[in-house]
Amino acid sequence: MNNLDKFREDTRDWLDKNCPPSMRNGADPKIPVDEVWGGRNAEYKNPESKIWLDRMGEKGWTMPTVPKEYGGGGLTKEEVKILNEEMFFIGAKQPLLSFGIWMLAPVLLEYGSEKQKKEHIPKIIKGEIRWCQGYSEPGSGSDLASLSTKAEDIGKNYLVNGQKVWTSYADKADWIFALVRTGAKEPKHDGISFLLIDMQTKGVSTKPITLISGKSPFCETFFDNVEVPKTNLIGELNAGWTIAKKLLQHERKFISNFGLAAGMGSKRDIVSIAKKHLGEENGKIKNGFYRSEISSHKIKEHAFGLTLKRANDEGGKASATASMFKLYGTEHNKKRHELMVAASGINGVAWDGDEFEDNDKNLTRAWLRTKGNSIEGGTSEVQLNVISKRVLGLPSQ
Amino acid sequence: MKLVLTEEEQFLQDTAKNFAAERSPISHFRNLRDTNDPILWDKDIWSEMVKLGWPGILIPEEYGGSNFSLTGMGVILQECAKTLTPSPLFATGVLGAYAINTYGNDEQKNNFLPRIVNGEITTALAIDESSHHNPAETDLSAKKDKNGFIINGKKIFVVDGASADLLIVLTRTSGEKGDLTGLTLFLIDISSSGLDIVKLDMADSRNYANISFNDVKIDASYILGDIEAGGEIAEDILDIGRIAIASEMLGNAESAFETTIDYLKQRKQFGVLIGSFQALQHRAAEMFCELELTKSSVMAALRAADEKSNELQRLSSLAKTVAGETLHLVSNEAIQMHGGIGVTDEYDIGFFLKRARVAEQIFGNSKYHTERYANLSGF
Repeated sequence: MNNLDKFREDTRDWLDKNCPPSMRNGADPKIPVDEVWGGRNAEYKNPESKIWLDRMGEKGWTMPTVPKEYGGGGLTKEEVKILNEEMFFIGAKQPLLSFGIWMLAPVLLEYGSEKQKKEHIPKIIKGEIRWCQGYSEPGSGSDLASLSTKAEDIGKNYLVNGQKVWTSYADKADWIFALVRTGAKEPKHDGISFLLIDMQTKGVSTKPITLISGKSPFCETFFDNVEVPKTNLIGELNAGWTIAKKLLQHERKFISNFGLAAGMGSKRDIVSIAKKHLGEENGKIKNGFYRSEISSHKIKEHAFGLTLKRANDEGGKASATASMFKLYGTEHNKKRHELMVAASGINGVAWDGDEFEDNDKNLTRAWLRTKGNSIEGGTSEVQLNVISKRVLGLPSQ
Repeated sequence: MKLVLTEEEQFLQDTAKNFAAERSPISHFRNLRDTNDPILWDKDIWSEMVKLGWPGILIPEEYGGSNFSLTGMGVILQECAKTLTPSPLFATGVLGAYAINTYGNDEQKNNFLPRIVNGEITTALAIDESSHHNPAETDLSAKKDKNGFIINGKKIFVVDGASADLLIVLTRTSGEKGDLTGLTLFLIDISSSGLDIVKLDMADSRNYANISFNDVKIDASYILGDIEAGGEIAEDILDIGRIAIASEMLGNAESAFETTIDYLKQRKQFGVLIGSFQALQHRAAEMFCELELTKSSVMAALRAADEKSNELQRLSSLAKTVAGETLHLVSNEAIQMHGGIGVTDEYDIGFFLKRARVAEQIFGNSKYHTERYANLSGF
């Protein structure tokens, strides 16, 4: 037996013994399902969620390729593939959702000091600390580098003052990774640093943001004379923009994977919605105007799906195509929701109360939420700028 | 189904690219138009294509072809379309070769396929009878008469109809106009008596004809495929044709787009390059994305044809729709972004607009195929 076969056998045994019944195929549907983000204040409706997280975290298998010295699994790519396959076979749940895993840990590994890696990465892997992202500010959206949250040198510490916005789950997070201004405003990219801040520090406060669609995970985060140890600076002083960009790449990758998966696997089917609300004749949507618009849209989405497949077959291309996927993924999603709302008639704008079905009320909220898709993670217009400059080589003004 | 070209397909693409650039730049097409060429394609260019083996790409080796693939043919058509190369390759190498090889009997194959491969004959597919493509509306009648049939009626907008030696004609042998049943395909020699062929002057200066049939007598041995099976067979041949013309339209669009982007990088107004204006940049970026979607759609349809996928019909309608809409957009924007010179005959970009609108009509426009896509998708 070669090493990989042995690894597969051991992994299968371990999963068999350690993956709780409610965390895999055949789970009792009456047991409540947790969305596990970990952290100091995590609460679990199902105690097995916590058991599963602890066991996987102990093995380092929430970040299986990270070296063991930082609490990771220390696995090779081949071994990770086997681990994923074995987890897939038994339908094992992902034990942990985490901005720490998706965004922070990869840049810590690249830019953090040895001490910082050893301090933070193991806690990310075990789900002990929940992180949030402090990037956007009220005055700095698409032009992120103009940010003005200030960190002043006051000796042993930095004194942080300012405000972040669109910090997802800031009200639930333990720590925040933030971009702060430590240098001059001009040139704007050169005065930015990457700082880690404990949300329990005096002067940090958060306030949830209600969206047009209702409740949301987004928050505003305020820093009012917050003292942060200088040892929490990642990388060089005033060199945070490089780290920020790297992290954004990890974020975009995550958003486009997540967004596409959400869109493709969406339970709402525009054809059945149209047939339900507009009627059906010989298997066709009765209203010809809606039918043709829906067909046009379906053709576009089909062509987009084939383009994703082609990019995959070509072995994954440069970041320019990532801009196209972000642009079309989100714009198509918006269009699909507009069509579903239109085809639903007044039910498509139902908001609350018992007169409407949950499906319709949820669709209204989902439709409103899609309006943010083409803004968050780089607006559609920013994606078009990237394509015109980087792909087409059109000149700057 | 892998949506990338194989090495062999890439080789064909390179060959076609060089051929189009060296042997038939756009000036070649302009010259044919300006000299009122009677068939609007060049026999020398065609015989060079024959030497390269292009008309035999879909034909088995036993008849002298290379039995390659529609994907291979698609990349050639795409490259040739970049310089608006006129040739019988689409009507003969795709439609004629595919129809006879797939549905012909041994005698028909032995008779026609080797002559397609060696360039001796060209073919044309005659389907349409009214201003909008719709095979079910076929009214041209073929009435039984002793051992054969007598054909009466009129076909219009027959691609390469003004030069073809052999016609593949969809006729009604029974049933009513509007039924896809009761239709039969015939192979009809151009020299048959009772044929009246009128060359059309279309906006794109290509070879088309209207063909009238006045008591044309044809033997039953010239039926292509089974009698009364012509509706289904024609749809299959048309699907292959739609995918092939979509490949051409992709090439047209790529070329018009590239020319336009180059122009945005050269032309100055208000003291700056016009390509620095965001109003133009965003529209250019959108065209880039539409082209990417078109490449994937065309490639998927070509592969589906080669793999005889059960998604072939839907992907054919998808490809024709997407290619049609992209070419429509790009050909309009190309003119607008070129400004004044864009609407002059002296400048080549207008050729792409004219070609676009005619090609959009061939075998069903985007509206036709959007509806067909809905039918095939079950809504």
